Amino acid sequence: MNINTTKIISLLFFIFSALYLYTAYNIQVFSFDENSPFNAKTFPIYLGYAGMFFSGLKVILPEVNTIKVDHKSLEYKKTAILVLIAIIYGFTILRVGYFLTTSLFLASSYYALGERRWLWIFLLSFPFVALFMYLLHGVLEIYLRDPFLKLIGVMG
Amino acid sequence: MIEGILIGLKTALTFQNIFMVMIGCFFGTIIGMLPGLGPMTAIALMIPITYGFDPATGLILMAGVYYGAVFGGSTSSILLNAPGVPGTVATSFDGYPMAQQGKAGKALAIAAWSSFAGGTLATIYLLFLAPSLSKVSLSFRSPDYFALMILGLTAIAAFSSKGQFIKAMMMVVLGLMLASVGQDSLSDITRFTFNNMNLTDGISFVLVVMATFAMSEALTIILKRNDPSAVAKQVSLTELGSIKINKEERTQMLKAIPRNSVIGFLIGVLPGAGATIASFLAYGMERNFVSDEEKEKFGKGSVHGLTAPETANNAACSGAFVPLLTLGIPGSGTTAVMLGALLGFGIQPGPRLYITNPEIFWSVIMSMYIGMVILLILNLPLIPYIARILAVPKNYLIPLILFFSITGIYVMSFNNFDIYLMIGIAVIATFMRLYDFPMPPLILAFVLGGLMEENLRRSLLISDGSWDFLWSRPLTASIIAVTISIVSWQVYKTLKNRKV
Repeated sequence: MNINTTKIISLLFFIFSALYLYTAYNIQVFSFDENSPFNAKTFPIYLGYAGMFFSGLKVILPEVNTIKVDHKSLEYKKTAILVLIAIIYGFTILRVGYFLTTSLFLASSYYALGERRWLWIFLLSFPFVALFMYLLHGVLEIYLRDPFLKLIGVMG
Repeated sequence: MIEGILIGLKTALTFQNIFMVMIGCFFGTIIGMLPGLGPMTAIALMIPITYGFDPATGLILMAGVYYGAVFGGSTSSILLNAPGVPGTVATSFDGYPMAQQGKAGKALAIAAWSSFAGGTLATIYLLFLAPSLSKVSLSFRSPDYFALMILGLTAIAAFSSKGQFIKAMMMVVLGLMLASVGQDSLSDITRFTFNNMNLTDGISFVLVVMATFAMSEALTIILKRNDPSAVAKQVSLTELGSIKINKEERTQMLKAIPRNSVIGFLIGVLPGAGATIASFLAYGMERNFVSDEEKEKFGKGSVHGLTAPETANNAACSGAFVPLLTLGIPGSGTTAVMLGALLGFGIQPGPRLYITNPEIFWSVIMSMYIGMVILLILNLPLIPYIARILAVPKNYLIPLILFFSITGIYVMSFNNFDIYLMIGIAVIATFMRLYDFPMPPLILAFVLGGLMEENLRRSLLISDGSWDFLWSRPLTASIIAVTISIVSWQVYKTLKNRKV
């Protein structure tokens, strides 16, 4: 049996389904519902078995068209940096506020992807976010929490 | 029906709604034009904005985005040979050779007129078919709905899997698993939350769509940046040529449009089939309809070859609304996203939508037509300018997509956990995409998960736990029979491929 990444993903999915099934069996249902033809754990139990069935088939059956991914040509570094910036953005957005964190997120993402024209980086981050924020907060009346703008007295 | 059409027209023709169609068509065209970003991404990005409007306006905006994105996909197919959406792959077969011959403007005009005609005819079919189908579907019971959902999920897995049916079925199961997180709708018992309060209400639909489409597509574009196969051969955007269509070309189009609009519409109605299959089928069938001399031109810039898929893919888009509006079951990934948005508005599509919310039902149908007209008026003269969007560097485009995705989730929940969850799902989805695990089945399953469990619950309770309900009614049994034939066909195809 040829082991390739698709099969490894399928195997992981099989394990995930088994864990899902185990958790499904452990869902606490009301005692009067325990022997009912359908309760809160019935559907998840079927799903767990279905997940194991399909992923098991994928693991067992031989692969006809093996998908080959040329990992050397993939930009893992830049993608990872971008994901990291997004995580930092998620971490700071509530604490610092929408305007500053979003502007910095955009500026750092442009830079991480190789942009070096500072004027464009600036224009498409701080003024762009200000405009977008005005649209959301001012026009569509969607509340945006922003401790930073509150601190400097821009937002009430 | 006349009364309904008038209600729809009245709602659709308000200044606000016409403006929304225009905005939707414009942004849809831009997003659809960018290779890799399709109507699902475009609609997903619009969902948080639509929640600020009433349901009819929100849906009208999304319908505009949908048509705009499909049209935009044709533009990148013709100019770059890089289809923005799978439904426009067949457009590039003859559109791109025309562009290479210095007739890019003409190819875009033919695409625009064919899309308009295909969409218009399909809207007329929809206008007459939807109310009668609504009446028929009132006789549907829980077992029928459950069977229909199984059919929809199996069909989308079969059609979107590119020969990888088991992978698609794994994605269906994963989508249903994600939908099972949170409180059980009947007993309020929490499932798979692991005592995390953020998961009590389940995973947001917008979060899953943004993560698996907008965000993961953006990450995939960056990941594959240096992939030599992804480099598009670009036609000079400064020399698009004339957009005038001569008499002979007009005659050819007039022959091709009616038959392909019917093909497209019928394929669009089938659950899971959609614009991609419709366009390929129309292209193949059109080749059989034309003379031997014209047949030779296919693949080298044939007017028939361009008109057929463009008419069919737009007609299929309208057709996909039939199961959504009449049965409450989406026929494609894109309409699944729209179903999720409708549920977000507190509207349950189905046969009763036609009776309980006629203004929504009819205004969506009428706005589709208005969307077609606006798309033509707006896009045809703007083609040379809109085409320049294709030159936007990815250094700006990708962060902006990520920004819209994260903002979309943030304004809905103001919760960091949702942002982390979205990033996590997006990273996993990006990795799975590399190995051809399709995402549309996951979305359709996620949207249908709750409804499916609900209908299974009712069916099993009525039949006292017996699975006889699957074949006790002729309608249910026929739907199950169709599902089994789709699965059997997939198994046969797989076995045949192995022998080859």
